[in-house]
Amino acid sequence: MSDMERISRREFLQRTGKAGGGLVLAVTLTSGCQPSGQDAVDEASVAPNVYVNIRDDGAVEIYCHRSEMGQGIRTCLPQVIADEMEADWDRIELIQALGDEKYGDQNTDGSTSIRQQFDLLRTAGATAREMLVAAAAATWGVPASECEAREHAVHHATSGESAGFGELVAAAADVAVPEEVAFKSADDYRYIGKSIDLIDGFDMTTGQANYGIDTVLPDMLYASIERCPAVGGTIASLDDAAARAVAGVADVLQLPDATSPPVFNPLGGVAVLANNTWAAQKGREALEIEWDYGANAAYDSATYREALAETARAGGRSVLERGDVEAAFGEAATVHEAEYFAPHLSQAPMEPPAAAARMTDDGGCEVWACTQAPQSAQQTVAGVLGIDKSKVKVHVTLLGGGFGRKSKPDFVAEAAWLARETGRPVKVTWTREDDIRQGYLHSVSAQCLKAALDADGNTTAWQQCTVFPSIGSTFDAAATGPNAMELGLGMTDNPYAVPNMRLEAGDAKAHLRIGWLRSVCNVYHAFANCSFADELAYLAGADPKDYLLQLLGPARLVDPGEDGAEYANYAQGLDTHPIDTGRIAAVVEKVADMAGWGRVLPDGHGLGIAVHRSFLSTVGTVAEVSVDDAGKLVVHELWTAIDAGLVVNPDRVISQMEGAGIFGMSLALHGELTAKNGAVVEGNFDTYPIVRMNEAPAAINVHIMEVDAPPGGVGEPGVPPVAPAIVNAYFAASGNRIRELPLRNSGLA
Amino acid sequence: MAVDLTINGQSFSLDVDPEMPLLWALRDVAGLTGTKFGCGKALCGICNVNVDGQVVRSCVFPVAAAAGKNVTTIEGLSEDGNHPVQVAWRELNVPQCGYCQPGQIISAAALLERNPNPSDADIDNAMSGNLCRCGTYTRIRAAIHKAAEDQS
Repeated sequence: MSDMERISRREFLQRTGKAGGGLVLAVTLTSGCQPSGQDAVDEASVAPNVYVNIRDDGAVEIYCHRSEMGQGIRTCLPQVIADEMEADWDRIELIQALGDEKYGDQNTDGSTSIRQQFDLLRTAGATAREMLVAAAAATWGVPASECEAREHAVHHATSGESAGFGELVAAAADVAVPEEVAFKSADDYRYIGKSIDLIDGFDMTTGQANYGIDTVLPDMLYASIERCPAVGGTIASLDDAAARAVAGVADVLQLPDATSPPVFNPLGGVAVLANNTWAAQKGREALEIEWDYGANAAYDSATYREALAETARAGGRSVLERGDVEAAFGEAATVHEAEYFAPHLSQAPMEPPAAAARMTDDGGCEVWACTQAPQSAQQTVAGVLGIDKSKVKVHVTLLGGGFGRKSKPDFVAEAAWLARETGRPVKVTWTREDDIRQGYLHSVSAQCLKAALDADGNTTAWQQCTVFPSIGSTFDAAATGPNAMELGLGMTDNPYAVPNMRLEAGDAKAHLRIGWLRSVCNVYHAFANCSFADELAYLAGADPKDYLLQLLGPARLVDPGEDGAEYANYAQGLDTHPIDTGRIAAVVEKVADMAGWGRVLPDGHGLGIAVHRSFLSTVGTVAEVSVDDAGKLVVHELWTAIDAGLVVNPDRVISQMEGAGIFGMSLALHGELTAKNGAVVEGNFDTYPIVRMNEAPAAINVHIMEVDAPPGGVGEPGVPPVAPAIVNAYFAASGNRIRELPLRNSGLA
Repeated sequence: MAVDLTINGQSFSLDVDPEMPLLWALRDVAGLTGTKFGCGKALCGICNVNVDGQVVRSCVFPVAAAAGKNVTTIEGLSEDGNHPVQVAWRELNVPQCGYCQPGQIISAAALLERNPNPSDADIDNAMSGNLCRCGTYTRIRAAIHKAAEDQS
């Protein structure tokens, strides 16, 4: 045990550094001398904590409290727990946890599951292991320090005793939960760091995987809801006679109006309930509704774009200040300015929002939902029904993609409200048009950048103003602009070694529901930053990769707080997860090497490079592009290097980088939502295209940096550098600089 | 009105509006939820099923048009889940969220049926109607090549 790292409860609390982590520990590991955990532990099992239950048949039940949406957490989470407890992978039974605060933070967003909970999961496994060891030691009358857990059994070398985990369950029930536990040495990992196959692979390839949309309850009604096209609008008049006449339609109900701020509450509207989805949709089409569009009736995205750009040009409040930018501009050999724009986007998970609900005999409610946030779902349902959240039971299904949309449980609350009103189980299924038009949109943004270069081409000043309606507007109707959390996503964490820097934020009022989309504000901040860095390289007459390294400067740790920024570092410490320009530069060098940076390219081809740190990981991307005979951009190949610190399952990291490449291409080439008269114009994959296989690169090459550091995020950080890498490659190929997304508006897609 | 058809080798008589898209007849009436809903407009391929050897978009294909025909969905592609395409999908860990994969697999199996050794271009032609928001396209290409090798 000497090479094990012992971790005490106090240390653990300090390391997790978050109320959520502390809460989990308190709940899971302070149950006195009796093991606690699942509510209904039968006598033939022992549950050292809420994540693990060991049965006397030797099976180890592991509770996955995070949502699976393609990132692979249902494989990676048990990998960590099973490894620490020395459980045999083939004897793991994975159980999807209900929404319950006893699990601590269950919000599956912010790429947090591993980066924030790695130690929590290890503790859960190590606690189970140490209790089994203690049980064996007590049974054999030998010191626990002489016993070792290995391959689903505890062994005592001196006496030759050995007992399987299942055999030790009864004795383990009498063992106190340890005050402190030891983690395995990384050298002894069996599963952590291994590309274990998907735990749901068979179900997903045979049609047996169950998503939110697949829930079927006895006597269930199927609902489709017509909502006001403008956020906050209300019903002026309703004629539902034709809808009620559609065969199969059982009822038509008006939902309560939307709230201001919208939070996660339903948007209101008219629900048609039927005995199948198609009848509900047909009934819905037959509704005759006149809407009062309300306060956002005049919203026009084209006009709004101009207003955003004006605000960005005028400058905003300072959020980071270093040196004296004005003096540097006065002394500059060259001053360069540019404006960048990126539009609203929809997450558009292939499974649209869907949830089923039924009321229970005790006045509670039970829901099945593809939610990223089961406890938010619990709270929102409780709020809409006016009941205590303890009476709301949330079953988490698989998610057919999430990308941030399913962090918002408005659709779950719709199902719950309709179940109560009808007295029958109800499933709500959003159409694709509902999803694209009426979700929580990725924010639209305008940015103005200005840089000073000296006679040698060094960047001596960097000024940037970012303007976008804030996600805060979803929770606070008075919110008018970017908040510190949002600015910490690719703006105030600027790593460039430019001696004079001023970063500003300008206000913008929201007219649609604004929400998270995979990598959030990093999308537009990285687009502007990495493109503008490329612009400066050409102005300086330098190679873009060399100039990027020059901007990053010498290896050092950057603390935005030193320049006055309010910076949260994704709610983790800069000590454990620093902004380390040495590590960022290493990623640049690696990805450039992978792509053969500097090689002779075919005629008309160009390479572009971008690097961006987000969610505590750094991703560098190189794109190779050309323009085909029809004038369309072709992305031939992508190369990606990621520094995510310790990696649990390399293949899942690679797959996330591959997926991020396609997701990033979609927003670079095609993604745009516009609005007229308060309503989103686009509605399906014809008007809101995403990349298809014929546009996908021939290869997406991924390298995982070997770095001895705590884990960073994986699900999101691959996205931000893709669009600027493509735009920079297009410039290299054509000499044309594009400063707005998507590229189809420049005729390139 | 009843629509009689065969689904995955089993006879069904579905009491539905004949205009109901096959997708909803499968999911809400026959109880086969392996076929998924994605767009409702034949734009994404997620709802693809095989009707008498042809891949159709079940979200716009009236159930009456399948009367008397053999419908194969993801649940019936193979008896044990070991169609070469399914095996290759698992060996390369193709799925991320997995939601579009039933439609992808139905399309890929049909491609290999008519072209046992497709090129990348053949695959792109056959598969570009199937959207994947997670972005598994490069692995799908590789898995189709692998399935082609495995069954040759």
